[in-house]
Amino acid sequence: MHQAGILKINSVYKQFKRSINHSMTANTSPNIDIKPTATKQVTGSQALLDALIQEGVKTIFGYPGGAIMPVYDALYDYNDRLEHILVRHEQGAIHAAQGFARVSGKTGVVFATSGPGATNLVTGLADAMIDSTPVVCITGQVFAHLLGTDAFQETDVINITTPVTKWSYQVTNAEEIPHVLAKAFYIASTGRPGPVVIDITKNAQLQLFDYEGYQKCFHIRSYKPKPEVRPTYIAEAAAIINETKRPFVIFGQGVILGNAEKEFQAFVEKGNFPAAWTILGMGAIPTDHELAVGMLGMHGNYGPNLLTNECDVLIAVGMRFDDRVTGRLDKYAKQAKIIHLDIDPAEIDKKVKSTVSVWGDCKETLPLLTKLIEKNDNKDWLQKFADCTIKETEKVIFPEQNPESETLTMAEVLKCINEITKGDAIIVSDVGQHQMVACRYAKLNNTRSNVTSGGLGTMGFALPAAIGAKYGAPDRQVIAIIGDGGFQMTLQELGTIMQANVNVKIIILNNQFLGMVRQWQELFHQNRYSFVNIKSPDYIKLAAAYNIEAKKVDQRAELKSTLEDILSHENPFLLEVMVGKENNVFPMVPQGRGVSEIILSKEEL
Amino acid sequence: MKQEYTITVYTENQIGLINKLAIIFTRRKINIESLNTSPSEVEGIHRFTIVINETEDVVRKLSRQIEKLLDVLKVDFNTDDEIIWQEMALYKVAADVITEKVKVERLLREQGARAVVIRKDFIIFECTGQREEINNLIKTLEPYGLLEFVRSARIAIIKKSDGFHNKVKEFEYRVPSEALVENEFLDKNEGVFSM
Repeated sequence: MHQAGILKINSVYKQFKRSINHSMTANTSPNIDIKPTATKQVTGSQALLDALIQEGVKTIFGYPGGAIMPVYDALYDYNDRLEHILVRHEQGAIHAAQGFARVSGKTGVVFATSGPGATNLVTGLADAMIDSTPVVCITGQVFAHLLGTDAFQETDVINITTPVTKWSYQVTNAEEIPHVLAKAFYIASTGRPGPVVIDITKNAQLQLFDYEGYQKCFHIRSYKPKPEVRPTYIAEAAAIINETKRPFVIFGQGVILGNAEKEFQAFVEKGNFPAAWTILGMGAIPTDHELAVGMLGMHGNYGPNLLTNECDVLIAVGMRFDDRVTGRLDKYAKQAKIIHLDIDPAEIDKKVKSTVSVWGDCKETLPLLTKLIEKNDNKDWLQKFADCTIKETEKVIFPEQNPESETLTMAEVLKCINEITKGDAIIVSDVGQHQMVACRYAKLNNTRSNVTSGGLGTMGFALPAAIGAKYGAPDRQVIAIIGDGGFQMTLQELGTIMQANVNVKIIILNNQFLGMVRQWQELFHQNRYSFVNIKSPDYIKLAAAYNIEAKKVDQRAELKSTLEDILSHENPFLLEVMVGKENNVFPMVPQGRGVSEIILSKEEL
Repeated sequence: MKQEYTITVYTENQIGLINKLAIIFTRRKINIESLNTSPSEVEGIHRFTIVINETEDVVRKLSRQIEKLLDVLKVDFNTDDEIIWQEMALYKVAADVITEKVKVERLLREQGARAVVIRKDFIIFECTGQREEINNLIKTLEPYGLLEFVRSARIAIIKKSDGFHNKVKEFEYRVPSEALVENEFLDKNEGVFSM
């Protein structure tokens, strides 16, 4: 076993005692007291479950199987301390863990067996990796002596998952389990969070060893969760901001992951900056905040896209200039000075070259910056955003939310939801047209309220993620908005909802098409509808088979009252809303065009 | 402009790290010209030396991605004039060619080749130097029948570097930076873990 890199607790403990006392008091567990407790013999599986308890884990999403049976056997005795949610597919387990992590800010935990159990996690790992979601996955593995022999249900899990994990490690000796788990939780949750896979061979799960208690990890010498803040960069950034006439703030999930919502709001308010969000940044400040000007990106709002190319300073906070946000890079904010605040040095200058890069955790950098910036009313500049909103409302938003057509629109469903929830619900969306509509129109008062698959665009994400979100925030209303395509990818998780009676509201926006692909085929492929015509089962009967109440709505008159009814329901509910078959989502920045070439209708194409 | 860069990576000695490193290149379809891994001057820390042909911008981004790997401590990248580098090669030539042709022996001596093994049927020469010198010797030997040739990966020392002993101490004893402690906003905030 390699000692040097793994844990340095003993040698560095004294130096960090201050930090520990300073910050870890909230969730202090007995293990903070680092004196070794009396040694006792435990199995690897027991050590694993003890580690989870010491890390404050209460809920595990998982699916048993041959190579993880010793862990499940130990779990039988931990039933009073750990809640295990039996999903219907491992992909559901990891998406649920993601949903849990997104709304709670805690690390999601997944159990899966070897082979197919582990490979079924890959989509969720990739999703968690690109959306920086803290998840720890424990996979069973065949006995160490069988590794590499093509044993039953053996897959090379570490190598399959390496590109889509922040860290992965295979345990073959139970003695490693406590510190590997400590490291896993530390890595998953700190810095830019991400998924971690710990693959434990069956012999290690069964092995008895002398357990000296669990010690949390606070330092790994080869891992720097966040760069040190350099005051010179803050000063340079502030100097640029103080000279600006047309500043524009764009923010991403970094604000939420850094728990820096208050700091961010103070920053924006002091400078009176118009602020627009990326899809994952949504909700970091209330969506109806007077300085919140809307969503960026391909189907974002008109003003934020158009005026990106008119601002003189672009202040990017905790976002990574995804291509869906920037459109064509050589037509993106070329006139502006760019200030990029990010915790991950690899994101700086990756896509857009910054004038000043402020490396660091925005929880630390934003207050420093706020202190140095001057107050400014930016009245004329903010008016430009307001003018854009008026234009977009007139051409898109109002007609979408108050349609004259007989068929329902997705936007009016969201409008009704907003009216009922007042913006307090957690909105979980899948991928496609309904996702864009949900993120365009949902009103969110609180942070950690928008759960969607942003970077990876994983269809089938929403149903399991909503289950996890409910466990992450049991007191909040969780509404899953899902298309008819995405729902059919993970609908087996209705079984999980049935068995655990998870109070989520499922709203299927059924346009009888794979709508986003159909929209592209209409706009860019001359209406050649190639395999987008998807049939649905009878969702009401399907829900009934799972003993879940359900209803179908296709009339405007029934929509609001039905929504009111189901949202006040105590139990899970599935609502299928029939919406217009060939409605398009606008505005749109067509692929290959610059953000200021955003169009409001098909005619402008 | 594409040119040769030598990337030096200090890492923990972990199984599977070479795969994690390689993935960073293959994902971007970048060919590794040469890759060497060896222990470094610090016990327990390994040193990778990677040579690629790319633009500075690409190399900088790659280096940041590599540094992001969990078991990587530090990454440097340098152009050829910033480093001292060497490669080693072995050449196998039929013995009779050497014994019969005086010219060959002279050429070999001129180019600093050294005989490692001398047998009745073949002789193995070794040459250490830069790419050009090694290639020159191939050209020299080829007309006379070069039976086998193998070249090692590049190893390189960065001229400006003062080694890793002090660096590793910094990594191990990382204390909260002064700048953070002085931040009045942070001191009020219990939720921040300033390490």
